[in-house]
Amino acid sequence: MIDLTVNGATARVDVDPATPLLYVLRDDLRLHAAKFGCGLGQCGACTVLVDDRPVFACLLPVGAVGARTVTTVEGLGSAAAPGDVQRAFLHEQAAQCGYCIPGMIARAEGLLRKTVTPTETELRSAMAPSLCRCGTHMRILRAVRRAAVMRGGGVVEPAEPVT
Amino acid sequence: MSGQASRRDILGGLLVAFALAPTAALAQTGGGEGSGGPPTVAPDLPGTLAKFPDLDAWIRIGADGRVTVFTGKVELGTGVKTAMAQLAADELDVAIGRVDLITADTALTPNEGVTAGSQTLEQSGTAIANAAACVRLLLAETAAARWGVAATTLFTRDGVVLDGQGRRASYAELAASTSLAVRARADVPRKPVAARRLIGRPVPRVDLPAKLTGLPSYVQDMRLPDMVHARVLRGPSSGTRLTPDLAALRRQPGVARVVEVGRFAAIVGPREWPLEQALRVANQGAWTRDAGVPALPPMPAGLLEMRRESSVIDTRRDASAAPGVRRLSARYDRPYLMHGAIGPSCAVALMAEGQLTVWTHSQGVEPLRTAIAELVAMPADRVRCVHREGAGCYGHNGADDVAGDAALIACAMPGVPVRLQWSREQEHGWEPLGPAMLAQIDATLDASGRIVDWRHQVWSNTHSTRPVAAGDLLAGVEVVPPFAPTPPKPIPQPNGGGDRNAIPLYRFANQSIVSHFLPDMPVRVSALRGLGAHLNIFALESAMDELAAAAGRDPVAFRLAHLDDPRAADVIRRAAARFGWSRYRPRPNRGRGIAFARYKNHGAYCAVALDVERIPDEGRLVVHRAVVAVDSGEAVNPDGIRNQVEGGVLQSLSWTAYESAGHDGARRTDYDWSGYPILRFADVPHSVVVEVIDRPGTPFLGTGECAQGPTAAALANALAAATGVRIRSMPLAGGLAAHS
Repeated sequence: MIDLTVNGATARVDVDPATPLLYVLRDDLRLHAAKFGCGLGQCGACTVLVDDRPVFACLLPVGAVGARTVTTVEGLGSAAAPGDVQRAFLHEQAAQCGYCIPGMIARAEGLLRKTVTPTETELRSAMAPSLCRCGTHMRILRAVRRAAVMRGGGVVEPAEPVT
Repeated sequence: MSGQASRRDILGGLLVAFALAPTAALAQTGGGEGSGGPPTVAPDLPGTLAKFPDLDAWIRIGADGRVTVFTGKVELGTGVKTAMAQLAADELDVAIGRVDLITADTALTPNEGVTAGSQTLEQSGTAIANAAACVRLLLAETAAARWGVAATTLFTRDGVVLDGQGRRASYAELAASTSLAVRARADVPRKPVAARRLIGRPVPRVDLPAKLTGLPSYVQDMRLPDMVHARVLRGPSSGTRLTPDLAALRRQPGVARVVEVGRFAAIVGPREWPLEQALRVANQGAWTRDAGVPALPPMPAGLLEMRRESSVIDTRRDASAAPGVRRLSARYDRPYLMHGAIGPSCAVALMAEGQLTVWTHSQGVEPLRTAIAELVAMPADRVRCVHREGAGCYGHNGADDVAGDAALIACAMPGVPVRLQWSREQEHGWEPLGPAMLAQIDATLDASGRIVDWRHQVWSNTHSTRPVAAGDLLAGVEVVPPFAPTPPKPIPQPNGGGDRNAIPLYRFANQSIVSHFLPDMPVRVSALRGLGAHLNIFALESAMDELAAAAGRDPVAFRLAHLDDPRAADVIRRAAARFGWSRYRPRPNRGRGIAFARYKNHGAYCAVALDVERIPDEGRLVVHRAVVAVDSGEAVNPDGIRNQVEGGVLQSLSWTAYESAGHDGARRTDYDWSGYPILRFADVPHSVVVEVIDRPGTPFLGTGECAQGPTAAALANALAAATGVRIRSMPLAGGLAAHS
């Protein structure tokens, strides 16, 4: 038996401790925001927060989570009451197929918990581990900038003027 | 809105012809990329109403006043569900929140073939808008009969018919005595542009709140009671076969069952992770290259040596044209490209009580049903394919194959729902690739700097091996005896496949366009967003730039001088103006490029301007700005258009600059994102601006694929301006590094 703290609640699961956290979230806890994309830590579709840091849930063995808290996108808000980062993504309509977006939101949340005043370069490198094949990047960046402002900060614009 | 104005605007003018009636020729072309659905039975009706003319095929109104809209098209992440809900709600005059949309389900929706070719709004959207207008009129006529007045004296407001004198009746009560099992009328007008409240507005996507908060939204998220998981066993890539040690797999923990059907094999168990581990064991088995797969010649030149079927698809001769004085002769090519869905293909299937149900992210549930029914030897009416969204597909990826796989497994274990998701390595290894292509352009300028002769030849495999029969599914050739794949064939103009957009929209005195169709496929290929348009527009618009330079003309002015379509000229002018083309100051290693196309020559008009820099020591490129102007006809949702076009620009930058799917002659060489890198945040432009030119009251023009070609050529043109080096082979970043 493994005890986990996910989205503020405790959960007990009976699985092989080597099982990646992603399968426990999706198959045991029915939390579907984090997605399977590669199983290799290359695409970021599975990204969740462990304590305040984004991690690839497809790689992290559930037995290694320990006492740390897990936050998935379900823990940031609901369709009826979306959280601030989700509201920012909705405001910018920052999704096409949307499959990568929960991972993007988790990664953005991790950045904003570290700083609400990142530079544009820091923003882009924070998001870099996550892949989007639809090409929604510009909207995702706008959404994170908006979320930073909503938290009382903001992204420092790049030196290059943008039209 | 006053009652008077509403009466006049909304129900008057019943004899006005359809504003959106497409030309007959285009309505007949069907999907062009797989099955287009059943034949036309009502040629006077617009969009897919011509195939399914009865209103209740499209719209039903419940006793609770909710409106259910049926479409045979699917949501691929392009936002069409929202656009179709806008069309229905606006034309019916109900709040959008009262509209429920049912997308492709073989048991419920009209057979609209494949959702492909940027035709969803042209076909299904047009049908739904006009059906909604008809339904609204019928409801008003019911009220008119009840009240003993003429329907033209009535108006509607948010699901209610009113007479302006205090009488009102809800759609729900009127629907109870209004049959929608009637043929749509061809003379019902759409709502006047000025009266529209939703069409033309950036209505937020109806599906995003669920997707952004983790509610189950994808076939990958389906969890049915007592569902089991499955993994399929295959060689490393298409054209190989694996010999797994099935006895060893049966002993693997977590493997409850091995399903074998001929050479098809899969493992099944209650949990995913043990199956993943067993799959790794299975993949250690020996594999061999399939006999009978044609040898892969060196690419791209090998395309010229392959067996071909050549046809002249367009020709023009004007003997009075001035003689040519300067000539361009150039070859342009692209490698095999991956769709690269972020989520590997997935399906859920259940065989219960003699009925097989498959939940699938296929683009074509109807042809998939035909193929699966043949695969499992069941009558088609006992097989139901229901669309559930997957990750964006950008064309024919593993969606259909995995559905066939899941169906075969489910048939071996009746009563048990089976969920099968491919591994990342399987998606990279088995998805049909976008075909490698080569184009040769020979063009001549006269002494005044005008193009007087243009010859475009293109060499390509088919751009559609979408399933129409069991042999088109991977499982179909693994069962014993195997089914035969459908022989590949070209997609005819005006859509075209390998020759899509090979015919220029420019006016040249003499031209000859030749399509060399290559029937032998050394590598598994099929439809990738834009089909041949990506390479053909890359070639055409690169050559236009080269010729402009040879003529000493500005690239924008040179293009405009050869165009007589005002809408084409408009997008070029608007993109150039918004970009600041005329005041652009070139700097060392930095340049601008522009390119234009009208997708398929009958879809959306799109012009792309890029500001690009080469970082010399690194051989790297930076796209500073992308500015796009797009004309999609009537813009149902301008933000949806912007989203699609922004995405198209970034995706095409990724394909064109960086991507190439490798093959060593025996198998593919790239199995994950390290072997097949795609555009990341570090390399996206600093800004992308999309200007939508709305033309209310004109037909919808397919938009989803319109940016792929122009972006590719604009990048090559900007790099040539920045560096003086003309790169004609994709991926361009590779060519750039070679010249740095």
